[in-house]
Amino acid sequence: MHIRLILLIILLVGFVTPSLAEIASNSSEVVANTETTLTPAPELKRSDYPNMGFSSRSVVWILAQMHLFFAAFVLAVPIFVLVIEFIGFKYKDDRYDDMAHEFMKISITAYSITALFGGSLAFALFLLYPQFMAYMMRVFNTQTLVYAGLFFAESALLYIYYYGWNAMRYGEAKWGHLTIGLLLNAVGTTLLVVANSWATFMMAPSGINEVGAVTGSIWEIMKGPLWNPLNLHRVLANIAFGGAVVGAYAAYKFLSAKTMAEKAHYDWMGYTSNFIAVLAFLPLPFAGYWLMAEIYAYSQQMGITAMGGILAWLFVVQAILIGTILLSANYYLWSGMSRCEGSERYTWMIKYIALVLIVGFLIWVTPHTLILTPSEVATLGGSHHHTLGPLGIMPAKNIAVNLMLIATFLSFQLYRRSDKVITVSWAKAGNALMVAIYVIAIANIIFAGVYYGYFTNTVYKVGSSVMQVASTLIVIIGGVIIDTLMFKNAKTLPSTWGKVNNFSQYALFALPVAFTWLMALMGYVRSSVRTNWHVYTVMKDNSPENYIPAIGHAGNMMTIATVLFLLIIVFIFWIASLSNTKQVPEVDNASNC
Amino acid sequence: MPVIVKVLGFSLGLTLVFTLIANLLPQVEGEAPVEKIIDPSAFTEESFIALGEELFQGKGTCTLCHNNMGRAPDILALNMVETSTERMADSRYQGSAKDVEAYLRESMLQPSIYVVQGFGKKGSNDTESPMPTVDKAPIQLSELEINAVIAFMQAKDGNLVTVALPTEEATPTTSQSEITIQINEPAMAKTAEAALVQFGCTVCHSVLETESPVGPDLRTVASRLSVEEIRQSIVDPNAVIAEGFPPIMPTDFAEKMKVKELDMIVQFLVDSGK
Repeated sequence: MHIRLILLIILLVGFVTPSLAEIASNSSEVVANTETTLTPAPELKRSDYPNMGFSSRSVVWILAQMHLFFAAFVLAVPIFVLVIEFIGFKYKDDRYDDMAHEFMKISITAYSITALFGGSLAFALFLLYPQFMAYMMRVFNTQTLVYAGLFFAESALLYIYYYGWNAMRYGEAKWGHLTIGLLLNAVGTTLLVVANSWATFMMAPSGINEVGAVTGSIWEIMKGPLWNPLNLHRVLANIAFGGAVVGAYAAYKFLSAKTMAEKAHYDWMGYTSNFIAVLAFLPLPFAGYWLMAEIYAYSQQMGITAMGGILAWLFVVQAILIGTILLSANYYLWSGMSRCEGSERYTWMIKYIALVLIVGFLIWVTPHTLILTPSEVATLGGSHHHTLGPLGIMPAKNIAVNLMLIATFLSFQLYRRSDKVITVSWAKAGNALMVAIYVIAIANIIFAGVYYGYFTNTVYKVGSSVMQVASTLIVIIGGVIIDTLMFKNAKTLPSTWGKVNNFSQYALFALPVAFTWLMALMGYVRSSVRTNWHVYTVMKDNSPENYIPAIGHAGNMMTIATVLFLLIIVFIFWIASLSNTKQVPEVDNASNC
Repeated sequence: MPVIVKVLGFSLGLTLVFTLIANLLPQVEGEAPVEKIIDPSAFTEESFIALGEELFQGKGTCTLCHNNMGRAPDILALNMVETSTERMADSRYQGSAKDVEAYLRESMLQPSIYVVQGFGKKGSNDTESPMPTVDKAPIQLSELEINAVIAFMQAKDGNLVTVALPTEEATPTTSQSEITIQINEPAMAKTAEAALVQFGCTVCHSVLETESPVGPDLRTVASRLSVEEIRQSIVDPNAVIAEGFPPIMPTDFAEKMKVKELDMIVQFLVDSGK
């Protein structure tokens, strides 16, 4: 019966999805043939913006940020849940299945909150920025209905996936459940990329002429130059963020656990969450490079506004946040090595990894192009500091970030090796190869950064980062392949889940706090590079708040959003725990007599 | 202490650390350009060049790339009249400009016609410029504004300005004698009184309705100083310090004030002090 139900759903989704796509496609053709498409974007006056007596931008800012936080979380969790579920199914290990189900329990409560913030955001936008929303509706037309339709599909699949978990847990039915999970992720990712197209259209519009009149199909409008870079960046960032949030849940449960069994379960869950968060985080800077490179290619002005202009100080804060993330993730791994006595072979390396992370962090926070007052320029003796100035430019930061990523991967590798005694005959050669890969990659990263960064012109500076990224990726991919081969028939040493200090769990709280703040910060940058345009180059923002706010004000807004998110997440954790609580009926002594 | 209190305290504490860092950094707002009404017939060559400089530093966003960072030729460090002449003589030059003014205009309106070696878009072999066309969005300089920028680029190294000053007849796009431009600065004061208030003169000087002993009395300044001395005391206040007063007057009025505002203030002080 379950199989038939699943087939029916697949048929329905298969039927509905092309139909919606067809509607969007047909409608864009119809629209393209009518005169309305030649209407330019409106030129707004200040009086076109309703004055409600409060800051319209602040209201939209908080609502949009909250919606994005929760949307990122609920779209990301099913991605790694599906992978964990599949691992559990393949290796017939119920622990994985239970953990995946528990992750979904947290996500499902967040889903309705996502919708609540999404609806509130839409109302706020239509109320406070009616002309802008009218223009966006004109441009995206019935694509917005496709989005709504996908939301229905997402909801249906999510509820079936979660509530059907135990009903489709074993045998053939599990394949059906995994298929639903796959469809859920396909629809979820489509929702994400559709919503991304609105944001990237505002930054780098396409499918319209120079006055904002629609001239292209909906596909041409969506497929702007920044769409795919942002899609990749957001998918990775969402997974890292989702992993970090469920890691905090595991840490909270670990700290509250009453029994050793509970501690062991949530310790393992926390470790898995941290693994997911860091695994998705490692390639994130490279996705960020791609996005920034495309921004520069689209508009050098926009790129410089982000990286070297008024927003330059902000990257100091970004460095502090990413430093917090890397240090927390590494500290958690180092603490976790105490679960296994075999880790003593590697603990001597921790201090060197920590040194690389701290030096890399300090280089990363060294600012470069800053907006300075004349007296500050005079004090510095120029626009850059004599000694520290060279550390402020991108080549130095590229060296720092690549070495920090390699150091983090090394922590991971050491952790994974802690409970193993390698038995393959070529163990020595394998280790030598691994060391050689590290040495060559590190030498290449430093050489490319120093030589191309300081002794050649700008074009080569940018090109050198590709060599550095390739070196880092070779270490990560090479390390995973070599370890996988070397772990064959390896002797496993005993390790005790739950045997980890409580301090390490706070690293699992630092991760989501830093991730959340970081997401808000990068949203502020992404939005600010449009300067005083709703839609860059075609629709000016003439509202009273059309300026880029100072970092302090923006920081306060980010904190409000982060604290609100944290409080709601704690509520979600509580709700998730509540469902496991069952009241024991009171014994009626009187009736017993 | 309950776990929930500990983890919330830790998380909120960390959030506050990030907030504190953001608030400790220098606070700079990115002001959107404000609309400003100017009278094209009221320009002097000096004020027209000053407008060009404002546009170069502000709305034109030229200094984002044209600086000493190596992203684009450093226009402020180059003599643009000599440089333009050399470029027009370059065998790679495919444009139609015959003189410096035309070359500078062409480079702003069709930046890819001639790309300085090493400054082209990546992979274009210096055939495509990353520079936006300045009369299109997002910069949107008007013809008058482009002319002002050219005048600035010619004048900054002491070269002859060949751009004709705008006239009422030369601006047919407006129905009145005034046109609107966008500048990243407050609108120009319309009267001398407004200028005196806008530049904070009334804070230290007795003038208009205010009494202040910090600086010399401006109501009678015309009886002590000539027109040129009054002008000098505003644009270069430390040249001569009035006896008995501290040397605390701001020295950047030459940069902040428009020529017309300076003229209005000087004339007002002369007239009211007679």
